Amino acid sequence: MKFTLSWLKDHLKTGKSAAEIAEVMTMAGLEVEDVRDPAQSLSAFSVAKVLAANPHPDADRLQVCTVETKDGTKQIVCGAPNARAGISVVYAPVGAYVPGIDVTLKQAKIRGVESAGMMCSAKELELGDDHDGIIELSGDPAVGTPAVEALSADPVIDFEVTPNRPDWLGVRGIARDLAAAGAGELFTDTLNAVAGHYDSPVGVTIDAPDACPVFLGRYVRGVKNGPSPDWLQKRLRAIGLRPINALVDITNYLSYDRARPLHVFDAAKLKGNIVARLGRDGETLLALDGKSYALDSDMCVIADESGPVGLGGVMGGEDTGCTDGTTDVFIECAYFDPNRTARTGRRTGIVSDARYRFERGVDTGFLVDGMELATAMVIEFCGGEASHVVQAGEIPDGPAPVDFHLHEVRRLTGLEISEKRILDILHHLGCSAAGSGEHVAVQPPTWRRDIVQSADLVEEIARIEGFDALQAVPLAREERLAPIYSEPAERARRARRALAADGWLEAVTWSFCKSETAALLGGEDGLDVANPVSSELSTMRPTPLAHLIPALQWNADRGAPHARLFEVGPGWTAPGEGGQHAIAAGAVRGEAVRAWRGGGSPDVFDMKAAALLALEAAGAPVNSLQTAPDAPFWWHPGRSGSLNLGMNPLARFGEIHPGVLRDLDVDGPVLAFEVFLDKIPPSKRKPAKTRPSLAKADQTPVVRDFAFIKDAETPAETLVRAAAGADKALIDSVTVFDLYEGEGLPQGKTSIAIAVRIQPQGKALTEAELEGLSKKIVAAVEKATGATLRG
Amino acid sequence: MQDLSALQSDIEARIAAAQDLRALDEVRVAALGKKGEVSLKMRELGQMSPEERKTAGPALNALRDALDAAIAAKKAQLEAAELEARLATERVDVTLPAAPRPRGAIHPVTQVMEEMGAIFADMGFVVADGPDIETDFNNFTALNFPPGHPARDAHDTFFMKAELDGAPAVLRTHTSPVQIRTMLGQKPPIRIIAQGRTYRNDSDQTHTPMFHQTEGLVIDKGTHMGHLKGCLMEFVAAYFEREVEVRFRPHHFPFTEPSAEMDVRYERVGDEIRIGQGDKWMEVVGCGMVHPNVIRNCGLDPDEYQGFAFGFGIDRLAMLKYGMPDLRDFFAADARWLSHYGFPALSMPNLATGLS
Repeated sequence: MKFTLSWLKDHLKTGKSAAEIAEVMTMAGLEVEDVRDPAQSLSAFSVAKVLAANPHPDADRLQVCTVETKDGTKQIVCGAPNARAGISVVYAPVGAYVPGIDVTLKQAKIRGVESAGMMCSAKELELGDDHDGIIELSGDPAVGTPAVEALSADPVIDFEVTPNRPDWLGVRGIARDLAAAGAGELFTDTLNAVAGHYDSPVGVTIDAPDACPVFLGRYVRGVKNGPSPDWLQKRLRAIGLRPINALVDITNYLSYDRARPLHVFDAAKLKGNIVARLGRDGETLLALDGKSYALDSDMCVIADESGPVGLGGVMGGEDTGCTDGTTDVFIECAYFDPNRTARTGRRTGIVSDARYRFERGVDTGFLVDGMELATAMVIEFCGGEASHVVQAGEIPDGPAPVDFHLHEVRRLTGLEISEKRILDILHHLGCSAAGSGEHVAVQPPTWRRDIVQSADLVEEIARIEGFDALQAVPLAREERLAPIYSEPAERARRARRALAADGWLEAVTWSFCKSETAALLGGEDGLDVANPVSSELSTMRPTPLAHLIPALQWNADRGAPHARLFEVGPGWTAPGEGGQHAIAAGAVRGEAVRAWRGGGSPDVFDMKAAALLALEAAGAPVNSLQTAPDAPFWWHPGRSGSLNLGMNPLARFGEIHPGVLRDLDVDGPVLAFEVFLDKIPPSKRKPAKTRPSLAKADQTPVVRDFAFIKDAETPAETLVRAAAGADKALIDSVTVFDLYEGEGLPQGKTSIAIAVRIQPQGKALTEAELEGLSKKIVAAVEKATGATLRG
Repeated sequence: MQDLSALQSDIEARIAAAQDLRALDEVRVAALGKKGEVSLKMRELGQMSPEERKTAGPALNALRDALDAAIAAKKAQLEAAELEARLATERVDVTLPAAPRPRGAIHPVTQVMEEMGAIFADMGFVVADGPDIETDFNNFTALNFPPGHPARDAHDTFFMKAELDGAPAVLRTHTSPVQIRTMLGQKPPIRIIAQGRTYRNDSDQTHTPMFHQTEGLVIDKGTHMGHLKGCLMEFVAAYFEREVEVRFRPHHFPFTEPSAEMDVRYERVGDEIRIGQGDKWMEVVGCGMVHPNVIRNCGLDPDEYQGFAFGFGIDRLAMLKYGMPDLRDFFAADARWLSHYGFPALSMPNLATGLS
């Protein structure tokens, strides 16, 4: 919402500057976005007079002007069609900064002719959008007069109107809050009713009182439309509106001055009486923006006997709009339901000042006055004779009174404010208070339907008193014994830190991805975003790998082929509760690192190690996990696996399926892992942090090596588990230290060498006992896998 | 005795002349071995008279001890020389590079989340959370955004095609639904923060369709706006690790009443933003007293319970503290950016050793 300082002063008696007003607004909750003070931006510009304008020798569209300026007579080359001898113009000397084109002027030759300075258009000075020609100053101001004086240019303040305050969409509403906040005094409104001389020939009925509870209409005959007065045009231009003609400008002006949208029909184009009703399927309206809209039964339509002539509260129709030839008008001043107006606006996509106000709620107390004000302006600018006002429906009731305990101010804000000051603030804002002492009934004004309970009044009082008055009080420290992070959050934190410490770079990538990518990576249906920002981000991702895998290629293309990326973030299987999963995922390209000692490429077992690292950091029982080659279809069928706790996969690792990489346009191989943090069983809370005492073995451990020949298909893990299970009391651990396939072994057989670490308890093992244990190990392995001891 | 001294000189000369350990051992055997010159002399002692033995015995023992010592010293010398000669052949070029080790990093958003966690933990907050795909009720209605109200439009909401609880599911536009989940799920007193991903359909240099927020909620029977101001002032000083002048301004949010925004003083020096100095104000947090309708929507009595809520943009706080110029880079998974702006795994934010 923009307004000018002089416009504000129509309503507010104040000596404050634009900057001071902006400061008061900011601290009262009217968030100022921009203050443009032409006194500053125009300080370099002054009045000049064109003495002669001659054609440029080498350019048809340019003129070489002789200009009398404060710096003496200058030669200026100008492209404006209206540059001619005798006019007063705005002169910018060499060295001036011209804000509208963001240029600092230099002495220049234009097509071979010297040009010293510039004559400016309104757009170049940011005083409007008019760029058809240079500004022509009226009233023959003296050469050298500061431009800001000659233009009577006014500071413009732009601020953000929060949706709860439709009254700030009118300058008077802003003035009222500024007066309450101490920036000046609000002028009393004196509105004179315009007498009606006859009954309106156009009647009004309402068929949809929910959509349009009240409609005031008035006929004015014998008007003469034309340009509106200069002061009004200047104000509209200053806030970025384009003056059209007096009748249209009046409605725009009142929209911004009083937050009161109106519509003026060309009465000659109306057929019969007006009705406010719901739309009918199949109806269309050619609106004032020149576009045709399909109407439906949810929309409020203003119709005459020929059909729709306007969308209530949103936009009027093109066919019944006012033109320069208009002689009789019918003024509409109505109230439209905010929600329906918002729905109609959304459905049609129409953005208008009327919609913006009606969907936030206009002042129901200003219908009659608004009509009088509009009528008076029409007669003042265009002449004519007004009818009596016709009214259909009833003006909605004002807001209900609020039961207010004054101590609520202290309870919610800690502020100590006197009863008198509280009532004073409320009064300034247009509230009336009945009763006295601690407990009053406050009647909010008709323009403040946002005030419905005492907290709303507390806000008003605190806001006007000023938040600087709030005393900062530290929160009392509370005794707390539990950790502040929940177990899932702490798990994610530990997995993240462990992976980063292991040389992985943490990324944070979009939660949504391309639906094709989601499908390639096993994404479920039902996770599409209805209004995605782009097709690249249109469905909720099944896994962070949806972005990490393509990012590997992106980084490789930029010289980082070895990037090791990971993310701890969500993946989805369903939209509802339980469908979001915390996943720690990482990926790296299988490209060898070149190093003088031999670098090697990341492989499946590096991914298994990373998954186990993250799992262990997150508190998973890693010793109870079983590996199985059962990763889903989008992994390499021979080079991937799961780490399962019983039936539950806690992690996957391996190579991504080359077909998936091809479809993702990523050069392979790519290795990856995923850890499903939310599948890790919750830790068992122990009452004490004390650990069991360390049972130090008193005997030296013994290591025995075995080599078995097994079927290549037999999982090594089965063999290792069998060996380890041969004597759980004595066998401490089993490690694989060699694998061999090929020459010397039958086809389809693998030799696997394991080292079994035996930890005797209490006394050393005799050679015979060790021999017995070895036999048990061999027997257990043979039984479990069919493998035989290598001879 | 004359010949003993000559013998000693002779043997010592041979010890000194030994070129290696083997030669030295030959000298030792020739002198002190079973049939060595000194051993033979020792054997002659038995044939001597007691008088002769009295002088010859100690002299021979002294000779033997002296030769033992000379041999040991020579042996040590030869061994040292041999080791040195071997080590001289074992030289490597130590200027060759060490084995490459990938360097990991923590994303700035994670770091800042943990920094905030550490500061609010100290003020007695615990962490709560909620899902990213929310019900319309939790994201809007319960937070006092009536259906159809224009305040909803301002959120540029992403809707899912799927429905939850009879209305299109939404990607949460703020972390505030966690307020609702918390108040519905536990009895006051409540003091929580909620951190996570939030979504709005918006995209430019300072807006991305996904971003991060930290929500705070305090509900009890006595917390007022002065506490809110105190809590947030303490936070910004701790976070920016310096005194920061702040300004509270009235604002509007549907779910707080009164509502405020807090600005911090800053200035721009070149491309750099300096917090805590200068003459400009930058908004860092929206906040206010929890709206009575929200308290009511969660089954509590607003005449009995009261408190405040706030919402910080995490990404923005990270940019202000660490100087990343463009929000979009946060989500690009660019290894160069992650390495440059990321944090070492061992920089774990806490109030004892510092936040970063």
